[in-house]
Amino acid sequence: MNGKFSNPPMISVRNLVKNYGNSQALRGISFQVQRGEIFAFLGPNGAGKTTAIKILTTLLRPTAGRVEIDGLDVTIDQHAVRERLGIIFQDSSLDDQLTVLENMLYHAVLYDVPRRLRGPRIEALIEVFGLGEYRHKQVRRLSGGLKRRVEVARALIHNPKTLFLDEPTIGLDPQSRNYLWAQVKQLNEREDVTVFLTTHYMEEAERFAHRIAILDQGNIIAQGTAKDLNMQTHSDTLEDSFIALTGREIRSEDNGMIDRMRQLSQLGKRK
Amino acid sequence: MKRYIRSAPRMFGTLGQPLLFFLALGFGFGPVFQRAGEGKYLEFLAPGVVGMTILFAGVFTGSELIWDRQFGFLKETLVAPVPRLTIMVGRTLGGTLLATIQGTIVMLACFLTGFRPVRWDHLPRALVFMVIIALMFTALGTVVASLVKDFQGFQVIINFLVMPMFMLSGALYPLTDIPDVLQVIAKANPLAYGVDGLRGILVARTYFGQLVDLIVMGVITAALLLFGTYQFNKIQI
Repeated sequence: MNGKFSNPPMISVRNLVKNYGNSQALRGISFQVQRGEIFAFLGPNGAGKTTAIKILTTLLRPTAGRVEIDGLDVTIDQHAVRERLGIIFQDSSLDDQLTVLENMLYHAVLYDVPRRLRGPRIEALIEVFGLGEYRHKQVRRLSGGLKRRVEVARALIHNPKTLFLDEPTIGLDPQSRNYLWAQVKQLNEREDVTVFLTTHYMEEAERFAHRIAILDQGNIIAQGTAKDLNMQTHSDTLEDSFIALTGREIRSEDNGMIDRMRQLSQLGKRK
Repeated sequence: MKRYIRSAPRMFGTLGQPLLFFLALGFGFGPVFQRAGEGKYLEFLAPGVVGMTILFAGVFTGSELIWDRQFGFLKETLVAPVPRLTIMVGRTLGGTLLATIQGTIVMLACFLTGFRPVRWDHLPRALVFMVIIALMFTALGTVVASLVKDFQGFQVIINFLVMPMFMLSGALYPLTDIPDVLQVIAKANPLAYGVDGLRGILVARTYFGQLVDLIVMGVITAALLLFGTYQFNKIQI
């Protein structure tokens, strides 16, 4: 496994702490993501996943600790860091009232994609993500799955070195989920894009991520490949390991967890 | 920008109010104003109403930032490798264009009702003034929107900032004979300078002097743009 990745790491986080007032969202987490790796962050709701992503993508400032992307400090070289990232947020960040094409063009301009490359690249992505017939539709008229596809397509226009996906498949049907992951995997294999993702679907993490970190109450409580984690907890599936590690009790902030678990077990049965 | 053109009802809404002011107040107060020896009220009021249109349009478009924040689109802009000054200036210029267009439409409407500037060849200068007023208030709207997070906060701003600014600006009445307190307030009011400058050009009647108007507005605008950039640098989501 290690032979495939060359140093230095794409993402390097050391003792990252983030406080909101009195509450601690992150209590000093450390991890590294190698170039070309797919790295998954798992954890119950409120564990700090989104906070971590926001810090890694320069949207939030850390309280303490050091975060480097491609060797650049996210609090100092913000501009250079931003150039390297493609981000898909948990909630939509499309402009509802613009069309698919306009959203993508806007992104291309923001990321300073050379004018002559804009058209071809956008067209290619529209093709790949099957958005051809929706090109001139306003985003607010699209279904949730289509919006998600637009966001992923948009994030790729500027050929990012690292792709951040914060629960990208939430609310998508199995077809759309598979489709999305297939595209991400392809991107990772062909273009060597580093992928950092969070998800609640254990099965997704197990299938696609090279390495996994489990976050709970602001701490990383386990890290490694899915196999490592299963061995460590003497479990057969990642879901069992996850529950073994984070406990059975439902987090106060989270009522959707049971539903998701139920969905998951159904997914398992179908196979 | 493109969004705005698509929301036609809003366009109508923002134009309707100043026109209502112009017609109702203009014709309603006209006789009183004349009897007081101040000349034609319509002439006096027209620049004020144009200024008012730009004030409202500018602050509103500036405040679109709140929408963008609530619907997540702001994140897309903030994670992009774009200098924060560019974001601030870009947003402001977009709003400026819209506010100026609206101001122009209202001015044309004033012409329709019989308003005539003293010199037609000074219209381009009036346009310059309108652009600066628009720039100033769009920047103001953006700055304020970067400070508040939701629409409740925005309502407060409209009530405590925009409305008083309009009422106390000298858009509706001359500043010359008002009580001292009001004069002091007017001198601290950016719109007062905008309206005064416009009035100077259109009906050759000014209180501060056009040069003062220009300088004051220029300084305020620059300060707002810088402060807005600072805010954008600090913004966290």
